Amino acid sequence: MLELSHVHKVYRVGAFGGSTLRAVRDVNLVVKPGEVVSLIGESGSGKSTIGKMVLGLTKPSQGTITFEGKDVTRLRGFGEKKEYYRHVQGVFQDPFSSFNPIFKADRVFEMIRSSYFPDVSDADWREKVLDVIGTVRLDPANVLNKYPHQLSGGQLQRLLIARALLLDIRLLVADEIISMLDASTRIDVLNLLADLKERGLGILFVTHDLSLGNYVSDRSVILRKGAIAELGPTRRVFENPLHPYSRHLLSCVPQLHRTWAEVDAELAANPPEDVVLPTVSEGDDSAPLVEAEEGHFVGIDQR
Amino acid sequence: MSNVAGAPGSDGTTEPQPAVERRTSETLHFAKRNPKLLIGSGIVLILLLLGLIGPLFVDHGPNVYIGPQSQPPSAEYWLGTTTFGQDIWAQFVYGLRSTFMVGFLGGGIAFVIGTAIGFIAGYKGGIVDEILNMLTNVVLVLPALVVLIVAVAYLDIKGVFVQSLFIGMTSWPWAARAVRSQALSLATRDYVDLARLSGRRTGKIITTEIAPNMSSYLVMSFILLFGGAVLIAAGLDFIGLGPTDGVSLGLMLQNSFTWSALHLGMWWWFIPPGAGITAIVGSMYILNVGLDEIFNPKLREL
Repeated sequence: MLELSHVHKVYRVGAFGGSTLRAVRDVNLVVKPGEVVSLIGESGSGKSTIGKMVLGLTKPSQGTITFEGKDVTRLRGFGEKKEYYRHVQGVFQDPFSSFNPIFKADRVFEMIRSSYFPDVSDADWREKVLDVIGTVRLDPANVLNKYPHQLSGGQLQRLLIARALLLDIRLLVADEIISMLDASTRIDVLNLLADLKERGLGILFVTHDLSLGNYVSDRSVILRKGAIAELGPTRRVFENPLHPYSRHLLSCVPQLHRTWAEVDAELAANPPEDVVLPTVSEGDDSAPLVEAEEGHFVGIDQR
Repeated sequence: MSNVAGAPGSDGTTEPQPAVERRTSETLHFAKRNPKLLIGSGIVLILLLLGLIGPLFVDHGPNVYIGPQSQPPSAEYWLGTTTFGQDIWAQFVYGLRSTFMVGFLGGGIAFVIGTAIGFIAGYKGGIVDEILNMLTNVVLVLPALVVLIVAVAYLDIKGVFVQSLFIGMTSWPWAARAVRSQALSLATRDYVDLARLSGRRTGKIITTEIAPNMSSYLVMSFILLFGGAVLIAAGLDFIGLGPTDGVSLGLMLQNSFTWSALHLGMWWWFIPPGAGITAIVGSMYILNVGLDEIFNPKLREL
């Protein structure tokens, strides 16, 4: 459904744009219908940039992003973009800044209506809105006709998901949507994502939290410095991490029953078997992947 | 603020007033207690009314030679007469009218050009931004007064409209820069991206998402452009490049200067126009400071 092929994003940085920063490096990725793919990485690993490129908010410097056979980067004109957003929607990290503070929160629904459903009658529209609000398990009386600052982060985040559901979406880009939520609302939103997956939606789940990635996704992609370090079925990636960076990342997850010293000692006692990582020559910007076991790829090691 | 977002109870019925109502009434609350705003807007309004209504009660043109020459203020001629017997009160109220006209037209044209360029440059970014920025900088470094002098001197049409048009076309750059920098920071907010995802056009995003968030900023830019236009017009008039078919406060100053009112001690000829210009621009700036204090909570003294 969604396919990224050799996608690069290069930013010009410095006072006069003299030097460059490769935020995304040669990323190849597929999201199938009904599949949740986690993009896991630390800050600056390019995961949010990938989300933005998929949503058409920034253009990739190189490579193609295709959605159902159409090249997203070549959408020309306002009409084609609008049609694209009918099927692909995003939810952003910070629910408080996703709402214009001077308007009521449910204005996000009205924007969808005026753009995509100008002919729907008031009664039908109200029913539709109440329906999606029910889907995200909110009480309409609590959230409609309120200003963003009167609602909690979890409510706002779920309103944004409800907004996306008003459209006939097939792909949802969820950019760190859990990070701003407290633990009790977190699980609601995660279960909601699982429901959406049941409906056949593809979800690109951007996160820096390993356990969330583990909980929700079918396949995981671990990004480092813009390139894919490891890609595979979530279970395989977490049980048998092959890339040194993923191992390091997984050993950094605090564990309830063990101290750091114990974890380090165990890792030193049974060193994991090594895989041969692909290498690239100096000055080569590609990032090849090697299939270590079925569907489980490892990428280059960047220092 | 008392209602913290997400606090228990804040999403219930404890909040009887919607926020915008509360915000406007809060603004009004501080507006009514801000002496700078009250004094500034009071003076501007009085002068505006004088310019609008005053000419209706004058039954002769401002440049008609009607009475005795070089008369000091009297009951019949409130502000006296010129060397040629023109009524200075009539000139003053007509002059106020054209001064406000230059302010609104010149300031308005500069405001429209400046905000349009600023918004587009700030929102679009990239190559569009660079081109518009270059244009802005070019106009910014032009010596505006010299260009105006040359343009006005070589063009035959001399009226308030043409003058305001030229003033508007040369005084927009700083407004464009100011708006651009604000738009640049607002354009990166998530709700702007969300509006794009909602299938909104660029123009609509600028007018409904970005502009309302900087409305106080826009009001203040207009006020400053207004004051600037009045001053530039007065300067042009004073050096003899004003409208030839009418009267303005700057032209009155120029005439009084040409006919040595200062040396002859005819204070009633040059003080009213000078005081008028000073009062309009000065009270505009005071008004601006007052507005700033109201919109920016950090500056509130109350």
